[in-house]
Amino acid sequence: MSINIKDIEYIASLSKFKLNDDEKMVFVGQLSEVLSYIEKLNKPDTENVMPLVHPLSMTNVFRDDKQEESISRENVQFIAPAVMGAFFKVPKVIE
Amino acid sequence: MKLLSFTALQIRRKILAREIRTSDLIKELYERINKVDPDVQSFLALNEKAAFDAAKEIDQKIANSVKVGLLAGIPIAIKDNICTEGIATTCASKILRNFIPPYDAFVIKRLKEEDAIIIGKTNLDEFAMGSSTENSSYKITRNPYNLNCVPGGSSGGSTAAVAADIAFMALGSETGGSIRQPAALCGVVGLKPTYGRVSRYGLIAFGSSLDQIGPVAKDVCDTALLLSVIAGKDKHDSTCADIGVPDYLKGIDGGVKGFRVGVPVEYFGKGLDDDVRTAVDKALKIYEKLGAKIVEVSLPHTEYAVAVYYIVANAEASSNLARFDGVRYGFRSNDVKGIDEMYCRSRSEGFGNEVKRRIMLGNYALSSGYYDAYYLKASKVRNLIKKDFDEVFKKIDCIICPTSPVPAFEIGERVNNPLEMYLSDIYTIPANLSGIPGISIPCGFSKKGLPIGLQILTNCFEEAKMLQIAYAFERETDFHLAKPKL
Repeated sequence: MSINIKDIEYIASLSKFKLNDDEKMVFVGQLSEVLSYIEKLNKPDTENVMPLVHPLSMTNVFRDDKQEESISRENVQFIAPAVMGAFFKVPKVIE
Repeated sequence: MKLLSFTALQIRRKILAREIRTSDLIKELYERINKVDPDVQSFLALNEKAAFDAAKEIDQKIANSVKVGLLAGIPIAIKDNICTEGIATTCASKILRNFIPPYDAFVIKRLKEEDAIIIGKTNLDEFAMGSSTENSSYKITRNPYNLNCVPGGSSGGSTAAVAADIAFMALGSETGGSIRQPAALCGVVGLKPTYGRVSRYGLIAFGSSLDQIGPVAKDVCDTALLLSVIAGKDKHDSTCADIGVPDYLKGIDGGVKGFRVGVPVEYFGKGLDDDVRTAVDKALKIYEKLGAKIVEVSLPHTEYAVAVYYIVANAEASSNLARFDGVRYGFRSNDVKGIDEMYCRSRSEGFGNEVKRRIMLGNYALSSGYYDAYYLKASKVRNLIKKDFDEVFKKIDCIICPTSPVPAFEIGERVNNPLEMYLSDIYTIPANLSGIPGISIPCGFSKKGLPIGLQILTNCFEEAKMLQIAYAFERETDFHLAKPKL
């Protein structure tokens, strides 16, 4: 499986990356190489195998619906790039 | 210098017996850090003032005969992807350059409760993505045994610091071999607990179905001590197992008489370095001499582990790392017109190339039209790999094999070939995919004088048995006592 510049541009847009032409070329080569290595996964028969998405078989974990103290707003906003009052401030969302 | 070459348990005895004061120990430690870390480059940040304050407090407690914790006065280094309240936690990424967590990870809380002293934050491959610690955005850590070689990774800062006697113990983290492989390459002990044994609360997420925090130490007993402290139920991590934590030091000297040791044929094939093969063969002879029975076993799906890992880990990473958007914390690019440009520029300027490569691979594997071919297929093969282990553990007590196919490689040697770098983890990744625990202990040196690691794997939640098997070997050998010339 090899991928081309168009694929890289599409994945970069999904990933919210802005890449220059040189970067795109490097990633085309490297990701193609990794993906062709990954093709070996087509070899084993998985016809009747269930997917394993988690190593432990666990059930839901419940807790009492009780209010607990959490990190204060001041301490959370302290590390934010921009705040305004009780809010996080961001650039224009709607054009 | 002499004080610093002791193990944590030895130094604890001296502190409790009032032979030494913790503040003097800390002073000596920072003097050595200043002397050797400009070469080794294991620390990203030091926590000097707080460490001295903590040391004074412990000295006071001991002087007043107040009860102290299990790790009283022991200097510990922390991998910089584990949140420490008030101390920058960067993941060795520019995107978290200014991130000062407002809370402690569960493991940090436990260390503090047991009076450990946090001396600094150690280097790693950015977001723990790498096998050499060369992918850090800040510095390249060097192997204390040969400064031209890598320490392994991604917990290379933690293992190098312990090997260089500038930390008595350290915490690392694993997603695919990131504690065991650098422990092997630096000649120290590193343990990856069973998935769910240690809380992931406060560990900055990479692959959530794989990530575990684990101890790095100078010998097996120190490793057992540190694991006893950090393991256990935490309500903040719902994947953390509700299974009691034993004192891992108890019964550690039980030996291996009558134990059945499985040697997987697939781990001794092409690509295994001759020096590593020789050292592991010799180690198996020692186990035989100690009364263990060596049996050949097969884990037939081993060859698919790296391919499965690079789909599963990166799919999970692409989702986990979507949170770095420049909104609530971390780096935000300036002078942007709209919010989409802010996301794109912050992420493009903040992440390094390896992280971008993995996020893109993960998003590709999860994207419409490719999910079944990649993520679903990989998850099924993951199950086959787990079933391999389930089968063999019905017949044996543990698996013994090499930790890494090669000793430390040279800095720069693999950095431009991601696939070759990924294959460094071929013997460690299956344990992460299956959730089983693993440990790497020193078992020899290559002809060039570089450390070699022996890996022991057991079934889930059998850390006590695994440590007992590791200790049986350590007691018979002196590889763990070797020190690099620095």
